[in-house]
Amino acid sequence: MAANATPLLEVKDLHGHYGESHVLHGMTFDVHPGEVVTLLGRNGAGKTTTMRAIMGLLRKRAGSIRYQGTETVGLQPNKIARLGIAICPEERGIFASLSVRENLLLPPVVLPGGLTVDEVHELFPRLEERRNSQGTKLSGGEQQMLAIARILRTGAKLLLLDEPSEGLAPVIVQHIGQIIRDLKKKGFTVLLVEQNFHFASTVADRHYVVEHGRVVDMVPNDKIAENAARLEAFLGV
Amino acid sequence: MFELLGIPPQALFGQLLLGLINGAFYAMLSLGLAVIFGLLNVINFTHGAQYMMGAFGAWMLLNYAGIPFWGALVLSPIIVAIIGMVIERTLLKRLYHLDHLYGLLLTFGLALILEGLFRRQYGSSGLPYNNPLPGGTNLGFMFLPNYRAFVVVASLVVCIATWYVIERTKLGSYLRAATERPDLVQAFGIDVPRMITLTYGFGVGLAALAGVLAAPAYQVSPTMGSNLIIVVFAVVVIGGMGSIMGAILTGFGLGIVEGLTKVFYPEASSTVIFVIMAIVLMVKPAGLFGTAK
Ligand SMILES: Nc1ncnc2c1ncn2[C@@H]1O[C@H](COP(=O)(O)OP(=O)(O)O)[C@@H](O)[C@H]1O
Ligand SMILES: [Mg+2]
Repeated sequence: MAANATPLLEVKDLHGHYGESHVLHGMTFDVHPGEVVTLLGRNGAGKTTTMRAIMGLLRKRAGSIRYQGTETVGLQPNKIARLGIAICPEERGIFASLSVRENLLLPPVVLPGGLTVDEVHELFPRLEERRNSQGTKLSGGEQQMLAIARILRTGAKLLLLDEPSEGLAPVIVQHIGQIIRDLKKKGFTVLLVEQNFHFASTVADRHYVVEHGRVVDMVPNDKIAENAARLEAFLGV
Repeated sequence: MFELLGIPPQALFGQLLLGLINGAFYAMLSLGLAVIFGLLNVINFTHGAQYMMGAFGAWMLLNYAGIPFWGALVLSPIIVAIIGMVIERTLLKRLYHLDHLYGLLLTFGLALILEGLFRRQYGSSGLPYNNPLPGGTNLGFMFLPNYRAFVVVASLVVCIATWYVIERTKLGSYLRAATERPDLVQAFGIDVPRMITLTYGFGVGLAALAGVLAAPAYQVSPTMGSNLIIVVFAVVVIGGMGSIMGAILTGFGLGIVEGLTKVFYPEASSTVIFVIMAIVLMVKPAGLFGTAK
C-alpha cells in the first residue's frame, strides 16, 4: 500500500462502552481502498465491539472513525450504511421469518456499483437452489454464505466480516477464503475479524493484533511467517 | 324450514351474523395490537381509546364539518393515526429501552386521559350515528341488513390485505426483519425509527377504522373502547401475540363462538371467551398461534 494514499477507513483513539463497562481503550488503525485487513485477537479482545462501533451499533463510542474522510461517530447506523459500509455480523443475523430470497434482497441498495443478483448467485449457486427455504433452515455454512451474499448487492465498498470461518467445516472455510479473494479482485475493501490466523494469512494484506480493546501490533502478511510463533502464542492456539 | 336442536334458523343465523360482526372488530383490533407489539414491544393499552376516537372522529366530521360516513371512513383513521404518531414520537419512543411495564403504564394512562376528555365534553350516554346503508336482503333463512354485511366484508378485506402486505411483499419483509432484529435492519440502511412511527400509526389507524365502522352499528360513546378492549386482550392472549394470521383467525373465530353461545347457552355468552382464555393459558401458554419467546 502506498503510504501516502488516503485511507478508506481511519479509526483513531476509539473508545467504547457497554453501559458502565469500558471495552475499547483507544483502538487506532486504518484500512486502505482495496485492502483486506484483519483484526486478530483472542475471545473478548474487543474485535466484535470494534465492528459494532464502526457500524454505529455501539451507541457509547468516542474518538474518531472516518470513512472516506467523513466522521461517523455520532451518526445513526442507517446513515453510516448509506455511506457505503455493510456488516456481516458474527452471529450471521439471518432472519427466520424471511425466505432465503427475502434475506438476500433485504438490504437496500445504497450506492451504485454493487453486484447484481445474478452475479451473487454465480458466487453462491447454492443460495439460488434454496431461495424459497426459510432463512434459518439453511446449514451453518449456507447461512454464512447468505450473510455475506446479501451485502454484496448494496453497493457498499467496505465490508465488515466478523469471523466468517467460525464453527465451519474446513472445506467450507476454504470456500469462504476463495470468496474473500474474489471480492478483493472485484474491488471490495474488507475488514475481517479472525481468531484463526492461518485462515487470515490466506486472504489478508495486513493484520492488526488486538488485545484488551487496543491495537498492540501490526503485521503485514508477507512478514507473517517470521512472526508466526509469536502470533500463535499470542492468540493461544 | 329446517330447525336445529329446536332453534329457529332465523335466531341461529342472526346470532351467527352478530358474532361475525363482533369477530370483525376483534380481528381488526387484535391485528393492530399484534403489529404494534411485534415491532415496538409495547402492549398498546390506548388501543380501545383510539378505536373510540375513530368513532368520535366520524361523528365530529359529520356534525361539525358535514362530512358523511364514506369520507369519515378514510379521514378519521388518518387523523387518529397522526395523533398516534405524535404520541409515539413524543412519548412512547422514550420507553423502548425500558421494561415492557413502562409502555403498558403510559398507554394505559393515556387511555384514561383520552376517555376522560371525551366524557367531559360529550357525556357518557352515547351519541347516535345514522346507518349509511339502510335496508337489507331477505335470504330466506335470515334477513341480512346491508350495513352488517358491509362491515364483515370490509373488515375481511382490510385484514387479508394487511396480512398480504406483511407476509408477501418487500415492505412486509422489512417489517418482519425489523421485528426480529431492528438493530441489524437499521445497520443495512433502513430508517427503523421512522418505520416504528409509521407502524404505530398504521396499527392505531386500524383501530380507528374499526371505530368508524362501529359508529353506525353501535352508539358513539366514550366508554365503547374500554368495554371492547378487555375482550380484545383476551382474544390476543388466546391467539398469541405476534402472529398476523393468528390474530385474524382468532378474532373472527371467537366472535362466532360467542354468537353461537348466545344461541345455545345464553347465560355463558359474556364469559365464554374468558373461559377459553383460561383453558388456552393452561394448555398452550403462548397462545394458539404464538411461539414462546
Ligand atoms: N452486550 C455486551 N454487554 C456487555 N459486555 C459485552 C457485551 N458484548 C461484549 N461484551 C464484553 O466486551 C468485551 C469485548 O467483547 P467482543 O468485542 O465481543 O470481543 P471479541 O469479538 O474480540 O471476542 C468482552 O469482555 C465482552 O465480555
Ligand atoms: Mg467477536
